[in-house]
Formats: sequence, C-alpha cells, structure tokens
Amino acid sequence: MKFITIDKKDWAKGIEKSRETYKLFGPVKEKNGFLIKSLDDDVQPDMNYQDSVMSPKSVVFPQSEKMLTTSLDDSQDGHHIMNRVDTDYSPKAVIGIRPYDAKAMQLVKLNFDTKDYRDPYWCDAYEATTFVGLGINKPGLYDFSTSAGSGPFEEEGLDVLLADMDDKYLAKIITDKGQAYVDSCGFGTDADEKESQVLLDVLKKEAEKNIASKINTDQLKSKTILDLHEAPFWDDVAFSCINCGTCTYVCPTCWCFDIQDETKNKKTTRFKNWDTCMSSLFTLHTTGHNPRDSKTQRVRQRFMHKLKYFVDKYDQGTMCVGCGRCVKSCPVNIDIREVCNMMNAYEKQAE
Amino acid sequence: MENPYMPYPVRIDEIEIATEDKSLKTFKFVFLNKEDEEKFSYQAGQFAELSIPGVGEIPIGIASSPIEKGFVKFTVFRAGVVTSHLHNMKVGDIMGIRGPLGNWYPWDKLENKNVVIIGGGFAFTTLRSSIIYMLDPANRSKFKNIDVVYGARSPGMLLYREELYEWEKRDDINMHITVDGTDDPSWKYHTGFVPQVVEKNAPKADDDTYAIICGPPIMIKFTMPSLVELGYKEHQIIMSLENKMKCGIGMCGRCNIGKELVCKDGPVFTLEELNLTPKEY
Repeated sequence: MKFITIDKKDWAKGIEKSRETYKLFGPVKEKNGFLIKSLDDDVQPDMNYQDSVMSPKSVVFPQSEKMLTTSLDDSQDGHHIMNRVDTDYSPKAVIGIRPYDAKAMQLVKLNFDTKDYRDPYWCDAYEATTFVGLGINKPGLYDFSTSAGSGPFEEEGLDVLLADMDDKYLAKIITDKGQAYVDSCGFGTDADEKESQVLLDVLKKEAEKNIASKINTDQLKSKTILDLHEAPFWDDVAFSCINCGTCTYVCPTCWCFDIQDETKNKKTTRFKNWDTCMSSLFTLHTTGHNPRDSKTQRVRQRFMHKLKYFVDKYDQGTMCVGCGRCVKSCPVNIDIREVCNMMNAYEKQAE
Repeated sequence: MENPYMPYPVRIDEIEIATEDKSLKTFKFVFLNKEDEEKFSYQAGQFAELSIPGVGEIPIGIASSPIEKGFVKFTVFRAGVVTSHLHNMKVGDIMGIRGPLGNWYPWDKLENKNVVIIGGGFAFTTLRSSIIYMLDPANRSKFKNIDVVYGARSPGMLLYREELYEWEKRDDINMHITVDGTDDPSWKYHTGFVPQVVEKNAPKADDDTYAIICGPPIMIKFTMPSLVELGYKEHQIIMSLENKMKCGIGMCGRCNIGKELVCKDGPVFTLEELNLTPKEY
C-alpha cells in the first residue's frame, strides 16, 4: 500500500488543480452545522469539521432525483414513452468523508447493486465517485463506530485515507481510483510505507480510546425474527417517538425511497425521492388497510431492519455504522445503542 | 443490465368490462417493440408494474398466460389514483409496463401433483393465468387432478365467466364455481361461501396434493381452517400476497414482511414460510 505526505501549504492548490477533472464535494459550514455539499468554485472543503448533520449519502443518492421523462403531448413523437433523464456522471470526489460514512456506502450498495437488478442511478453515481476519507483523530461523543463494523480510521469504502498530522496530511492510497485522484492534485511526496503505517496505527489507537459507548451485536443473529418482533419492549421504545423521520433522513444507511411523477407543461418527470418508514403512508394500501398502522410497528420496523433483517439477509453485520447522527438528532432522545443492546440481550421467556 | 425502472412502451389494444358493477376492466396490451415481448417472458403467478406517465405505477398480477402470445392482459379493479386513471383510458392509448416482477407459483414442485386452486372475488387473475397454463395440451400431462374453487358475490361478479363455463364442461378439470347468493333461477352451480365449498368439495390432502389460495383476507382467514380440516400441511398451502409497492425490484423498502420483500422474494409464499415472518401484510 502506498503512502504519501501532503504539506498543508500545498493542500489548497492541489485541491484546486483536481477541479480540472473532478467535481468536488466536501464539508461546508452552514447555519445549523456542517453539510457535505457540492463545493462552489471558490470554496475549499473545511477540513476542521467534526461531523456533518446529514450524512453524505446524497452525493450518490440525491434526496430528489430525476429518473425518467417523456412528453404527454400526443402531437409529439414518442409521447408517453419514457426515456432516461440525462444526468452528469463525470468524475466526482468527496473530500473529507468520514470512514463510517464510506462504510455506509458499501452497505447501501448491497441494496442497489444485486445479482438480479442494478439501480443505474445509484450505481452510476457511485462508480463516478472517489471517496477521499479523513480519519477522525478525536471521535465525538455520539460516535460508536468501532462496535458497529467501522471505526475512526477504517478503510473500507475509501479510495484514499487522510490522517491529519498538524502541518501535513499523511495519505494512504487504497485504490487505483484514489491514486488517480491524488495524481490529479499533483500530490506526490512518497512516504515510507512501514513508518507511515506505524504512525497511522498510533493515531488510530489514540482515536479509538475516545470512543466511550458501544453496541453489542454478537447475539443478534442467533435470535429468531419472530421472537425479536414479538419482544415486549417495543411499546416502551416507541413511546416518546413522534414519527418525525429525522433518524431516517440523517442516517447514512437508510436507503428507502418513493417514486412520484410530476408534470409541467405536458412534460412529465418520474422522480425517486427519499422516503421514511416512520410515515404511515409508507405502507398504506389503497384499501385503507395498513400493515404498519401504529407508530410502535413503524419504530420496530426501523430497528428490526437495521439490526436483524439486514443481519440475517446479508451476513455483513448490522445496517448501522455507529455514526451517532440519529442519537444526536432525535428530538425525543431515542437511542439506537440502547435498543440494539436490548435486542442483543433479549431472551424469550418460556410460556 | 438494463434499467429496471424503464417501462416497455405498450398500446392498449382492447378494454373489456369484466364485472357487472363495472369496477373491474380487463386491459389487453401489445408491445410497441416486438423484441420487448420476448424480454417480457413470464411465468404464471408473476406481476408487473402498469406505468402511466404523469400519473404513476401500480403493481398488478398478470392475467394472461405464458402460452398466450402476442399480448399481455391485466384485470384491474378501480381503486386509487392510477387504476382510476387507467379505467378512463381508451383503446390506442400509449403507456408502459415494467416487469415481469416477483416469483411465481412453484411449477417445478407442482409437477406430478394434484393441484387445488382456490380463489375469491377479483383475486383470480394470476389463477386464470395458471389454469390456462396447466390446461395447455403441452402441459396438462405434467399435473394430476386439477380442482378449482372460485367464488364471487354474484354470477355477474365472477371474472372470466365464459372461460369458467367452458372449463366446467371439460373432464380434465374439476370446477366448483360458487356465488354468495343469486336470485337467478337458472344458476346451476354452487351457492355459498368459498370456505364451505372448499370443505365439501375440495379433495382431501395427501403428500401429492397442493393448494394455491388467492383472495380477500377474510376469505383466506376462513378458508384456512377448512384446509386444515382436510389435512393440508403448511408447506402444501401456497399463497400470493399483496403489499404497498413502488419499485417492484426489492429496493425501495416498503413491502417487506420481516426480511422478505413481497415484490422480489414473493409475492408467492407457502404458509410454512409466512409463519416464520411477521404478519405485516
């Protein structure tokens, strides 16, 4: 594995240079905190951020995305025949993405890139994107990534991993995509591989010490779906929930979406929009019947999906990377760590 | 791989009012591009998304049979935004079909078996597809006895009446047609609810007999005890589910029952499989 060092004095210039090839995304400070956004020409990624309010999933999975379009004007050729919308899939790079968010992309890929179907919108955007990660030297209060299959310096899903070393970045080039990106920046001061890995390991160890909370997931697999589904604690878990859906929107792994048509001047567009399992409309049948009619059923669905159904279906751990956004953003303090530990510890009482 | 959200363009070729209350219509579609018909190669029991640009999409079971070539047919109940719009469309209109989607009745497993088909109301569409498929001279010898129990509120509410009465005359299929009630003195078939007709007329279970059941929840609820009474085991009862769907390809996340997605892992499940999942349908 190749390492390079980047002097921070050269950083901004290199990033500017990469714009010749890449459309850049990165952390930007906004009124309510940081967001990972498309970087305007004069904006540099703000690498001093702790975390972003929203996950960067929108880079490859926009909150609202055009899929198909056609004319409803009967006098036009090809009216009512849908065509794929022309979308820009030229190279993009996300600068400063956190390792848990890159790991989340890998989990979401399991849903959109399957052996039977490939969602071309998600996959084309994903393939066009290079993920330049920034290790987390001092994880925040809500971070529990080390027990959720990720961690402050995990490499999975990243093309480059940057470690902030005060006056310079140590960059580990993980993939060819990553190499191509640092080449486009003109970064190229090779660092000793062995030495660099030792440095990285020290940083990683220090960082992991800051993570105080954890989830236990080792027993989730051995429980049955029905036992967990029928466990007695769901009403208590859901009691304070107001079904606002914030947890699903800030989550880097929540991938559910809706499909809607919108028409203006006889031109119609079919959209894919983020949806939330917290909404009763999510599952409402036309007949009025709703299989997840109560908020307890909906709250249970969210946790069961992430911590049981996903675990059983893919055998790749939980569908939670421990970023802590849902814990931090929940207006009524519902905490996935508590719920997960409760599920993991649950033993069905003999009847 | 192709874009799974892209519907095949089709033209409405024929519209037939299917029931006396006009709440159901059968639409016959032909593909604008001949090669799309090949790509839309399906099995009895699958569904598709009927796709109306500017309105939306709706998942509907395929009522035509794989052996019927040159068109596809869907019988649609007028219920919500998309189906109401569809009911107002005309022959010649252009729209889309996306599919085929989901799994199908387990035709491999049903070979050399007795098959009992139980349907109620307008949930008879994929069952029609199945019966046409099984009765095809190329396929009939693959199955042993075929029994069909089909019921509706009144004679005029039975779907595919002409075909039902034709099948009734054949000796390679045992039809048990029933209506909840009728004041038609010439009605020569059963009167009574599906569960009772099943209990009196359906064959008793043995290892070589499977039941396929499709109907409104209330019919399924009361038919189950009848099947249990006849000795059917959980793995011998095959059902087709419905749930709210959007993508139809297992991605959008709303139709799940536990870890199974009704659109992709279903809609066909055995009762044995369903008993391992939360009843969120």
